[in-house]
Amino acid sequence: MTMAAALEAQDLRFAYPGTEGRLAVDGVSLHIAPGQTLGLVGESGCGKSTVARLACGLLAPSQGQVRVSGLDASVRSRAHRLPLARAVQMVFQDPYGSLNPRQRIGAQLAEALRLHGPEGASLAAQVGQWLERVGLQPGVAGRYPHELSGGQRQRVAIARAVAVQPRLLVCDEPVSALDVSVQAQILNLLRDLQASLGLACLFISHDLRVVRYMAERIAVMQHGRIVELADTDRLWSAPEHPYTRQLLASLPPDL
Amino acid sequence: MSPSALLQVQDMRLGLADGTALVDGVSWSLAAGQTLAVVGESGSGKSLSAMALMGLLPPAVRWLGGQAHFEGQALRDLSERDYRQIQGRRIGMIFQEPMTSLNPVMRIGDQLVEVLRCHLPLSARAARDRAVELLASVQIPQPEQRISHYPHQMSGGQRQRVMIAMALACDPALLLADEPTTALDVTVQADILQLLREQQQRRALGVLLITHDLGVVSQVADHVVVMYAGQVMEQGPVAQVLSQPAHPYTQGLLRARPSGKLARSERLHEIAGMVAAPTRERLGCPFAARCASALPQCAREQPPVVRPAPERLAACWLVSQGAAP
Amino acid sequence: MTMNTLPRRLLSSLTFVVGTGLLLAMLVMALLGPWLYPQGPWTVAGAPMTWPGADAALPLGTDALGRDILAGLLHGARVSLLIGAAATAVALCVGIVVGTLTGYFGGWVDDLLMRLTDAVQTVPPFLLAIVVVLIVNPSVASIVGAIALISWPTVARLVRAEFMRLREADFVSACRLMGMRPARIIFVQMLPNAIPPIVVSSSIMVASAILIESGLAFLGLGDPNVISWGTMVGLGRSDLRAGWYLVVIPGLAIMLSVLALNLLGDGLNDALNTRLSP
Repeated sequence: MTMAAALEAQDLRFAYPGTEGRLAVDGVSLHIAPGQTLGLVGESGCGKSTVARLACGLLAPSQGQVRVSGLDASVRSRAHRLPLARAVQMVFQDPYGSLNPRQRIGAQLAEALRLHGPEGASLAAQVGQWLERVGLQPGVAGRYPHELSGGQRQRVAIARAVAVQPRLLVCDEPVSALDVSVQAQILNLLRDLQASLGLACLFISHDLRVVRYMAERIAVMQHGRIVELADTDRLWSAPEHPYTRQLLASLPPDL
Repeated sequence: MSPSALLQVQDMRLGLADGTALVDGVSWSLAAGQTLAVVGESGSGKSLSAMALMGLLPPAVRWLGGQAHFEGQALRDLSERDYRQIQGRRIGMIFQEPMTSLNPVMRIGDQLVEVLRCHLPLSARAARDRAVELLASVQIPQPEQRISHYPHQMSGGQRQRVMIAMALACDPALLLADEPTTALDVTVQADILQLLREQQQRRALGVLLITHDLGVVSQVADHVVVMYAGQVMEQGPVAQVLSQPAHPYTQGLLRARPSGKLARSERLHEIAGMVAAPTRERLGCPFAARCASALPQCAREQPPVVRPAPERLAACWLVSQGAAP
Repeated sequence: MTMNTLPRRLLSSLTFVVGTGLLLAMLVMALLGPWLYPQGPWTVAGAPMTWPGADAALPLGTDALGRDILAGLLHGARVSLLIGAAATAVALCVGIVVGTLTGYFGGWVDDLLMRLTDAVQTVPPFLLAIVVVLIVNPSVASIVGAIALISWPTVARLVRAEFMRLREADFVSACRLMGMRPARIIFVQMLPNAIPPIVVSSSIMVASAILIESGLAFLGLGDPNVISWGTMVGLGRSDLRAGWYLVVIPGLAIMLSVLALNLLGDGLNDALNTRLSP
């Protein structure tokens, strides 16, 4: 029996309330097989963050359907909640907003592990293990988010997401708010985790170079639509759509 | 002090009342018609040093030592009143976020006219005409109509152009740009950088560019100063520094970017660790804890400033020994 | 900067220290009342209309019926502070519940409850309090209820605004994604973040509760069985010419307690609001 696709989206359409029906996402279809990474690039306002939220089920599409590992992402009934959490998780852009400022790091990780961790194992031990896995000292568990740097907070956010061991990880601009020297650390970490946990990944960024590094296939978005979807190497060497060519041409030269 | 320097910073030290230094001994100079880029990550002190030059330091931060000269005038102890003569008139500044730098409830034209009439003796009519000219010079289409638009009616790129127009309205000698393209899309970035280049050539402006993006530096700057944790690691002509970086930190920054040359199967080169919090005492090179090529004395003694090439400076023990990191 | 520095920050704020000091003084007064004057404030203690300082045994003088002003002040402190605190507590409970429900769920719950809030806020608060107390008959309980009735809408709006903001926060989305139950999200994740603005305004609310209670008592709508500062001001009104101290002394007490609470609120605001905003 073939495993269900990590992400299967058909002809998605979505308009934000109060925008008079202007489609932020206009007929987007995506397919990600288990273990694969799809990159999604585009400039501000193209709808890529909206696609990220549709993929997780945080937003419900006005038309079309999103299925993660076979489950309908927008259904959040009590029965669906936990299986859906194991199907898809998200890493957000802003390391400052993605953690509860009034809860200790360890407690926040424990929330995820309480719901999804193995039965019988000590929560504290698991928290320590996941912190180490993302390159943090176990002592970080006792601290509050405002005591950590942006890079450290992003590691915690990643730990929280992958501790659930989801089949699909949606990364919405996970390194855009970080310093360059830290970006490399986080990107390496994401790749390592992906390899060791077998995660599929939807990697969203405005930075083509970063997406090229992280993804095997790239989808280019403009004005709510996917204008080109191809294997990374082919897209890089022989882009077909004029917008893709424009994006590539605007990149500062390699140093 | 070199006589042709438009802006000169000598051993600038900025910090808190208890003596903790946030900018610790920074020196560089900028000539007219040149673009100097100050590059650094969070905590490098690059924005703070720019704020100090404009007289816009936050209340908790003050000058602890050193001096800065603009057109021969000392800036450090300049009164607020004297600063107002310079701000906008001799030095123009553009910021990162065009939406918050422009007043959202005032029309673009009114904001330009306000800047003009504040510094120049113009009538309302003359100021308005000048505003239209300025918008045209930054390539805003249909300036006669755009002049009565509000900021929210324009795109991010256009708002940044308006910011540039406002900064250049009174024909300043120096333009200070703090992360001018960071908030813009990549396709718009290239246009804005080109606009800056053109304006600079046309007006023989000096441009001080603050950024974290080495790609931007390579596109527009003539000279670059690389800062880390409040100190200068290396400085020199852009072409040389970026193609043959002397300091391990600069090398690390260049290698950490996922370039097109890196194969996807390779790991990105990381700089391990993170920026340490500023401390009261200076203990050796601030980068020592994260440096892969650190020598024993790096963490104990302040590295000497050496010249790896005629126009370049680097503060590094490794470089001073002639060894390649 | 950790949570441990909160006490330090509070203590370094002059407004907080002065406010707390004054408030503590008021509380001490309230506690001393029944102990120093077990006979209560209504007993005749000396000659009527004695000026403060004229008689050593009556340091603040007596009123038109010979009752000790100081006894009234200390017993009144209990009443005023108690009513102020109780009314605020009830308003907070109701307001937090309404604000949480409307802020988190939105939709028709929000519409319904917000219309109710609007309705209560449309009537001038003091008049509404008067009407309620008149209908239900004046007593400590009815006064507490009336003041709570006019105060909860402000709390509800504050909490609602915070919840609406937090609803969009990434960390709340992350909790939804991990499959956390909505009840846990509301109480464990969102509520602790929604509280800080309320802490500050609750101090102000106690102050206005005291003022309203004083106003009601002044008009003769206070509980007839207890004496409060407002009652004293009301009783002394007719003898203002002969003895203005009858009005000024309890008036000062009201003013100082309101000042204390406002300073306390300011100090809390300075200490709390610069720290942990996401």
